[in-house]
Amino acid sequence: MRDKLDRIDRPDQSHFFASLDDAVLDEVDVVDETAAPASLWQDAWRNLRRRPIFWVSAVLILSAVVLAALPGLFTKTDPMFCELTRSLDLPEPGHPFGFDKQGCDIFARTVYGARASVVVGVLTTIFVALLGSIVGAIAGFYGRWFDSLLSRITDIFFAIPLVLAAIVVMQIFKQYRGILTVVMVLAVFGWPQIARITRGAVMSVKNSDFVTAAKSLGASRFATLVRHVMPNALAPIIVTATVSLGSFIVVEATLSFLGIGLPPDKLVSWGADIAKASRSLRDQPSILFYPSGALALTVLGFIMMGDAVRDALDPKARKR
Amino acid sequence: MLRYLGRRLLQALPVFFGATLLIYAMVFLLPGDPILALGGDRGISEALAEQLREKYNLDKPFIVQYLLYIKGIFVGDFGTTFSGRPVGELLTQAFPVTFKLAIMALALEAIFGVGFGLVAGLRKGKIFDSTLLVISLIVIAVPTFVIGFLLQFFVGIRWGLLPVTVGPNVSFTTLLMPAIVLGAVSFAYVLRLTRTSVSENLTADFVRTATAKGLSRPRVVTVHVLRNSLIPVVTYLGADLGALMGGAIVTEGIFNINGVGGTLYKAIQQVHAPTVVSFTTVLVIVYIVANLFVDLLYAALDPRIRYA
Amino acid sequence: MSRDTFVLEPAVEPDGSEKPLLRIRNLDVSFTTSTGVVNAVRGANITMYRGQSLAIVGESGSGKSTTAHAIINLLPGTGKVTGGSIEFDGRELVGASEKDFVGIRGAQIGLVPQDPMTNLNPVWSIGFQIKEALRANGIATGRAADKRVAELLAEAGLPDAGRRAKQFPHEFSGGMRQRALIAIGLAARPQLLIADEPTSALDVTVQRRILDHLEGLTDELGTAVLFITHDLGLAAERAEQLVVMYRGQVVESGPSVKILSDPQHPYTQRLVAAAPSLASRRIQSAKARGVTTDEVLAVTHGDGVNPSRGELLRVEHLTKVFEIRGAGKGEKEFKAVDDVSFTMARGTTLALVGESGSGKSTVANIMLNLLQPTEGKIYFEGTDLHSLGKAAEFAFRRRVQPIFQNPYGSLDPMYSIFRTLEEPLRIHKVGDAKSREKRVRELLDMVALPQSTMRRFPNELSGGQRQRIAVARAVALAPDVIVCDEAVSALDVLVQAQILTLLNDLQAELGLTYLFITHDLAVVRQIADEVCVMQDGRIVEAATTDEVFDDPRQDYTRELLAAIPGASLDMFGAA
Repeated sequence: MRDKLDRIDRPDQSHFFASLDDAVLDEVDVVDETAAPASLWQDAWRNLRRRPIFWVSAVLILSAVVLAALPGLFTKTDPMFCELTRSLDLPEPGHPFGFDKQGCDIFARTVYGARASVVVGVLTTIFVALLGSIVGAIAGFYGRWFDSLLSRITDIFFAIPLVLAAIVVMQIFKQYRGILTVVMVLAVFGWPQIARITRGAVMSVKNSDFVTAAKSLGASRFATLVRHVMPNALAPIIVTATVSLGSFIVVEATLSFLGIGLPPDKLVSWGADIAKASRSLRDQPSILFYPSGALALTVLGFIMMGDAVRDALDPKARKR
Repeated sequence: MLRYLGRRLLQALPVFFGATLLIYAMVFLLPGDPILALGGDRGISEALAEQLREKYNLDKPFIVQYLLYIKGIFVGDFGTTFSGRPVGELLTQAFPVTFKLAIMALALEAIFGVGFGLVAGLRKGKIFDSTLLVISLIVIAVPTFVIGFLLQFFVGIRWGLLPVTVGPNVSFTTLLMPAIVLGAVSFAYVLRLTRTSVSENLTADFVRTATAKGLSRPRVVTVHVLRNSLIPVVTYLGADLGALMGGAIVTEGIFNINGVGGTLYKAIQQVHAPTVVSFTTVLVIVYIVANLFVDLLYAALDPRIRYA
Repeated sequence: MSRDTFVLEPAVEPDGSEKPLLRIRNLDVSFTTSTGVVNAVRGANITMYRGQSLAIVGESGSGKSTTAHAIINLLPGTGKVTGGSIEFDGRELVGASEKDFVGIRGAQIGLVPQDPMTNLNPVWSIGFQIKEALRANGIATGRAADKRVAELLAEAGLPDAGRRAKQFPHEFSGGMRQRALIAIGLAARPQLLIADEPTSALDVTVQRRILDHLEGLTDELGTAVLFITHDLGLAAERAEQLVVMYRGQVVESGPSVKILSDPQHPYTQRLVAAAPSLASRRIQSAKARGVTTDEVLAVTHGDGVNPSRGELLRVEHLTKVFEIRGAGKGEKEFKAVDDVSFTMARGTTLALVGESGSGKSTVANIMLNLLQPTEGKIYFEGTDLHSLGKAAEFAFRRRVQPIFQNPYGSLDPMYSIFRTLEEPLRIHKVGDAKSREKRVRELLDMVALPQSTMRRFPNELSGGQRQRIAVARAVALAPDVIVCDEAVSALDVLVQAQILTLLNDLQAELGLTYLFITHDLAVVRQIADEVCVMQDGRIVEAATTDEVFDDPRQDYTRELLAAIPGASLDMFGAA
């Protein structure tokens, strides 16, 4: 033991205390009633509002949605109406992007192409989010053999490359090609990712004290899962779903590019247009630009939104 | 450690059978009778058709066909195409090319993704980081085939720096551009993953302890921050090999590479089950082996796993 | 050059007096957050001499850690020194280059950080991490370094040092990791060692051993030690000088003995009064003190406000065996609870005391019916719990409620406070929407929180406030028993005293019975009537609080008592 008696008394270490004016004492642990109440979502929203990347992506997404919903507002031309006589004509009033090799109005096709991408993206994401989160939640929450079985099934679907499976399935349903078939294909092979994320989130939340508290109140396991665990596991699901939306749009474009996506005689797809444009790359490279640009901007919007939402929901950013 | 690997291997088995069964079932559902298609316009006599069906086992029930096929795989017999070539031959022709391509893409995305990601993570919030973030977003958003065409056009045709197509000359130079295109999206993901990992680890307690010990900043960053940040990145890279090989179809189309993608595409259209299934089976095996390898690597990188 | 024997040669000021080793003058440290600039430290003055020990004491947010980290320029995030000076061994550190700091860290000033779990890199071996410290400070390299590593580990009290050096942090226990961190901190024989809450994450007996060891080592080496701690008793016991900080300012400083016996500043007075290791009386409830309360809440299960001292809960031969997957072959069995028996009288508090691994939390979980015992019975008001059917079990839940340790995990972040408090009522279908709202308001009053808290969310409240909500939730259904599982362990001292007072008041008003699980014997003194000391799953001693403290029978109990920080200080008249 340090011998405290053997000490030299130094003047600058003598007993000092601050006056009360310098250090005003508060009551212990008082609630700050001045601030407005804010749940985590409200906090996140405030955080989100301040990020420029959120606004940029919101504009991009909104534009795509408006184009998809109300294409007639932007162009009166029928995108399917193609006259070979107008092949590769330059832009003119009413047709700002000019004409492609088949004589179709590029501007009209760009505008109408939004619908396929947005609808496929949104529908697929909804299915994938529902299916994936249910499977992941059950696997993560109930554990044991539920988890083993569901995880193996998830692994099986993960092991098969998405594009490959899509090619085979689209070939099977050759006669029924349309938006719904594409959505089904993407959803059936795209759900594993959300399932994994959900499983992880659920597993980390289920051991929290507030879940145990609900259990000791007598709440049933299922009620606990739905009322306590899932709301707290939502954040990563939302982020992944938003980013996945973007990647589903890309996959649809890829399938249409390969010629096995949406039927080109019935629907306009940016992917198919890019395929067409690629064939005349040497003559008129600029035709490639419009559908590619539109596609890229739409996907960019969703992915940026996913990034912004992830940063806003980051618990480290919310330290109190 | 051995137990850990053993368990992983055991878990891989149902995945192997499940995936191959699924693919076999899907191909089985493909419309069209391949035998009749063989006959072409002239048609084919019923007797001959019967004979051919028996030869290719097409008259047996689904599950028997599947089991016969799996049995065949284990002895190296992948079946025969309708034109008489053994599928195994197609495999040995197509897979090495795609494999080389995928490995190159993997190397590029690993080196540049981790490298740039590290710098971005260290300088989070600053110009370099923001620029890289925007670039990575654009790379993800622009579809692979567009990147492919653009690069082919500018680098190949306009500036003539690299060969435009591959065809039969498979070499480092010819595969370079396709590898860049193939690995582009993954490069973006690796960059973002590294960046997040690095910036998280920078504020970790053990990094503060390392600095407090008196270690120089470069040492803290390499030995402590980077080393720990690599773990999730390695996991991603391992899983990516299978994805790259399976997803190379578009890139192979653009650059005229005779690899897995092209062969598969034709086989699907011809409804030749053995080819489709064997190629997919090998892809699944590659995926499983890559994952096992990643598990090994993970255990090597993270000592906590070794005793799980 | 070996620096094992440190010869004290105090530098001398011009006027002949000794030069201080560390002199902090008017230090200002601030952080930039999204809401503006926060001044974490304002005008701090601290002086230390060679070979001295000084402790900075304060609650969370006092700036004590920030001050210490500012010395070696390890401020996290946006932290910056915005004013004042830090002089170390005659050198001004504020404004020094990073290169200078790299040289000073480890070699001149060492750090023993707080949490042994997160402060060691999990992927490198312990030996590697110590060797790094040696290499970086030019002490030794190669084979010589390996040898030195083994010596340092042995010096830190880790036997079988050669083998230990190759192991990884996750293979060490908490105490062993802390010893490794001490070895790292002292590896280059610095003149000053900063010890940031070096033992707060450890068991009490382990704490004592490690602090004794640290003291011995630093005495021998002549190292000055700067302790950062929230524990006044520990500070007084281990440090000659004391600095008390509150909200970023130094409110009192001087010789520790003098400050504790005669605190001048009101804040220090509060701390001294509330510190559990120093206070010695069971907290009297407001009722017993003669303060009348207007709100006498109706107790719905019959007994009335004056609790009878009848037996409420009886536990007989409780045993719980876990099967765990061993590192070797097959499964091993782990007996967490071994033949535990006790009774609880209505209206009293029974404390289950033990260190980690003693089984006390397992007992709590069994009492809450979250775990099934392998053997043994629990009788609640004479009924065997095991025999309950589903409906009866559901009803039983109302009568035994928990309060958990971590205030940041026990409230659902997505639920408003109103929803959290209403949930128990809703699950057990008590009343209608209107009466439930009334009850929620009552509950908030009971725990002295304003009504407006109802609309708020957990992330807006402090740890102490959240714990008060947890208390309110536990009381919502008017239970008979509340199981407090380390309910105050994660709180600051003053807040802790508040919560303990609240619990006592509620016990008197509502006739509650508490099962208080804790590792902190000092807290036990303040709140419990009866004590059961647990070790390795068994009860080693069971008696009233006074008996256990005044006349402990078992060696382990004595060890626990001796390990209370500040216990050795005999000037506080433990009554």
